[in-house]
Amino acid sequence: MSKIAVTATINGDEQEFLCEPGESLLDALRMRLNLTGSKEGCGSGDCGACTVMMDGRMVCSCLVLAPEAEGKRIETIEGVAEGSVLHPIQRKFLEMGGLQCGFCTPGFIVAAKALLERDPDPSETEIRYWLAGNLCRCTGYDKIIRAVQEAAAEMRQERVVS
Amino acid sequence: MTEHNPLSQFRVVGTRPVRPDGIDKVTGKAIYGPDHVAPGMIHGAILRSPHPHARIRSIDTSKALALPGVKAAVTGQDLPHLPGKSVSLGEGEADLANLSCNCLARDKALYEGHAVAAVAATSASIAREALKLITVDYEVLPHVIDLEDAARDDAPILHPDLRTQGAEEPSDKPTNIAFTFALKQGDAAKALDGAAAVASGRFAMPPVHQGYIEPHACVASWNADGQGQVWCSSQGPFMVRAVTAGVLDIPVSDVRVTPLEIGGGFGGKTTIYLEPVAMLLSRKAGRPVRLAMSREDVFRASGPAPGLVVDIRIGADAEGNLVGIEADMLYDAGAFPGGGTMLGPLVLSNMYRYPAVDIRTRDAVSNKPSVAAYRAPAAPQITFAIESCIDDIAAQLGMDPIAFRLKNALRPGDTSAMGMECGEIGFVECLDSANAQDHLKAPLGDNEGRGIAAGYWINIGGASSASVSLAEDGSVAVVTGNPDIGGSRASMAIMASERLGVPYEKVRPIIGDTATIGYSVVTGGSRTTFAVGRAVVQACDTIIADMKKRAANVWQVAEDDVEWRNGAVHCTAKGNDNAPMTITEMAENANTTGGPIAAEVSINPHDSLPAYGVHICDVAVDPETGHVSIKRYTVVQDVGRAIHPDYVEGQMQGGAVQGIGWALNEAYIYNSKGCLDNPGFLDYRMPVASDLPMIDTVIVEKPNPAHPYGVKGVGEVPIVPPLAAIGNAVKAATGKRIRELPMSPDRVFAAINGGK
Repeated sequence: MSKIAVTATINGDEQEFLCEPGESLLDALRMRLNLTGSKEGCGSGDCGACTVMMDGRMVCSCLVLAPEAEGKRIETIEGVAEGSVLHPIQRKFLEMGGLQCGFCTPGFIVAAKALLERDPDPSETEIRYWLAGNLCRCTGYDKIIRAVQEAAAEMRQERVVS
Repeated sequence: MTEHNPLSQFRVVGTRPVRPDGIDKVTGKAIYGPDHVAPGMIHGAILRSPHPHARIRSIDTSKALALPGVKAAVTGQDLPHLPGKSVSLGEGEADLANLSCNCLARDKALYEGHAVAAVAATSASIAREALKLITVDYEVLPHVIDLEDAARDDAPILHPDLRTQGAEEPSDKPTNIAFTFALKQGDAAKALDGAAAVASGRFAMPPVHQGYIEPHACVASWNADGQGQVWCSSQGPFMVRAVTAGVLDIPVSDVRVTPLEIGGGFGGKTTIYLEPVAMLLSRKAGRPVRLAMSREDVFRASGPAPGLVVDIRIGADAEGNLVGIEADMLYDAGAFPGGGTMLGPLVLSNMYRYPAVDIRTRDAVSNKPSVAAYRAPAAPQITFAIESCIDDIAAQLGMDPIAFRLKNALRPGDTSAMGMECGEIGFVECLDSANAQDHLKAPLGDNEGRGIAAGYWINIGGASSASVSLAEDGSVAVVTGNPDIGGSRASMAIMASERLGVPYEKVRPIIGDTATIGYSVVTGGSRTTFAVGRAVVQACDTIIADMKKRAANVWQVAEDDVEWRNGAVHCTAKGNDNAPMTITEMAENANTTGGPIAAEVSINPHDSLPAYGVHICDVAVDPETGHVSIKRYTVVQDVGRAIHPDYVEGQMQGGAVQGIGWALNEAYIYNSKGCLDNPGFLDYRMPVASDLPMIDTVIVEKPNPAHPYGVKGVGEVPIVPPLAAIGNAVKAATGKRIRELPMSPDRVFAAINGGK
């Protein structure tokens, strides 16, 4: 089967990869680029573990064909921290026990970051509805929601200070 | 809201430091089951039966093997036949022939999704293409899905050789009833006939799935010299080793299992599905082989929790003392025997005092996937029936539901009907704590109701190993053989830090592979922080004793004149002014005092204590749709002691929410062809963030004397009470007792509209 060459900007760096026409962006990220932080929980867009940003839009990478990434800007969990400095959402997940097994965590962090970039001060209900496309089976969501609330508060504070 | 008032006698235990594996898990670096890549690895794929019950006349893989890129194909005939052989899994024995047949069907496919053949190829897409070229000649057989149908005499028989184990009158007739157990004490029928208040009924619930987000996956490499390696996520690498070696009938030491991070298990990863198949493919192909399940595979072929049908009757006298219980339980086993039948009676008897008991339990095989453990296996199902009845009896007597439970709760010194001698259990403390919660006083709105329910779980100990070694600078490596499923690295590091008097950050907890640490049974049974934690503490104590001995030598004093305090050896000999030596100094000078400082400890404790919890739940029932929403939820639980409270609360919250899903949404739904109709997260509806409020937690700490810091175990009991807590809340809101799960809108709507 002939492969398709794709060039995309992934976490700020231009990357090229070859993929099959029917291959998902998730498989390409994981298998071709070794970016295994995005997870496959369902392959049908129901669990959100594969959430990435494509040209600033939140998508389930399992529902995007890899060739569709051509020329696009893709941001994955591996690009959320700036070098060794964790994003406030990542830090709050750690400080507040917002993960247990950690498998759904990359998807939650990418989705929560997208929310806070859109709305710096969401209500609890808004956070719960925004994250309703991300399944977590370990935590019951309580500590995840609180981590996002705390991260939002800290990011608002930083904005005031700077 | 979280309530936790730790005793301040500890420096680190009871605090909430960041988990050691945290950064890897928030940055996408952690390697889980589906993430591992081995050099030269190729991709496997599994062909699954489209029929729930069919004889396999023949399988032809020749066309698949002829496809360019395909390197190997296997069927059940490639696995050794192992009739009558079993393997010890620590928690109990498992039948190897059944485990083997579940990995790859031999003569019959026993459920839709049952693996029948597998291939390995240079790409995943070629492997999938190859599956289409395999020809299986099936003789489709009549199937049975419904649990009660399966138990009938005229049901299609799954295993012609199966005879009921435990039957009082053994029969030579083929049956689907795999196991039965009965317990009678006193005259329960008479006691109940004369009771002042009696609650009874038939409670029924279908299988539900554990719902871990990480599908099963592994990579295996098996060389021609017999040595094999497996990389996979599981709840226990030693379990994977034992079953893989057992199914392949090879020496255990020929299989080395490296645990990867596990993306949820909840009991469902205490068995295997893929590993022996990947090993066989690897042996044939001469390359490492990756096998991974899709979500549909996970639903169709990995273990759900058993469904249950139970007829139950419980009664009390006019003063509110329970007088007896009758229960006849029928649990699902799925395709193979082993539904955890004994656990039903255990749960039934280990909550309250019953002067008279008449209980029977059975499990039946049917054409559904073989059941697996799910968080307090068998307990949520039977507790739904018990705690619904207990609530109804309290209401009949006009008693407060907590006061009624307090009057009958097992206490230290009691012996339960199944013979549990109650040690320092904390059931009464949980009820007292629940009674004191503000939640109970909060006003309720229209169509709202409040329910409470209690739960019990046994908690186990079992074989556990740990090693502790000091690096040259006094930092500490702690190795255990138990996968970290929800923060156990943090609790191991906390306990070692507490014991050794070194900062938490200087302890590095590692999960070893099966060749680097002694045997340990699975991360399960709520045992890890109790049993493995105890091994860690004992290993710390061993190196402390070693350091004291070395210090005595250096100081030329008796060992009794050396004391360990605050991370240092102190000389207590009279007239001696030796300065204390810190653990760092001991480590730096280790090579002049006897060599490396390290110890490995293997233990097998069985003095764990059970867990009790009490849940309070407010629901709102929409009278127009029957939809039930959770308005407020409080989990009260005796944990012995919380080592890292964040992860203790997390277990309580996560377990409660799994129970909420079980109560309201989740069910295996089969069509008339015997195929699963909802093998995906869209139609198998697990709770999402917008379904829920915050889950409040109240940690009760009544320490376990058998653990150095008092740990009892936390993980399982929180899933036990929610089913009945919600049922009782729905009853309070609507006046209707619902005895079937899930309490989905159609069922609730029918109940509030008089069953129409």
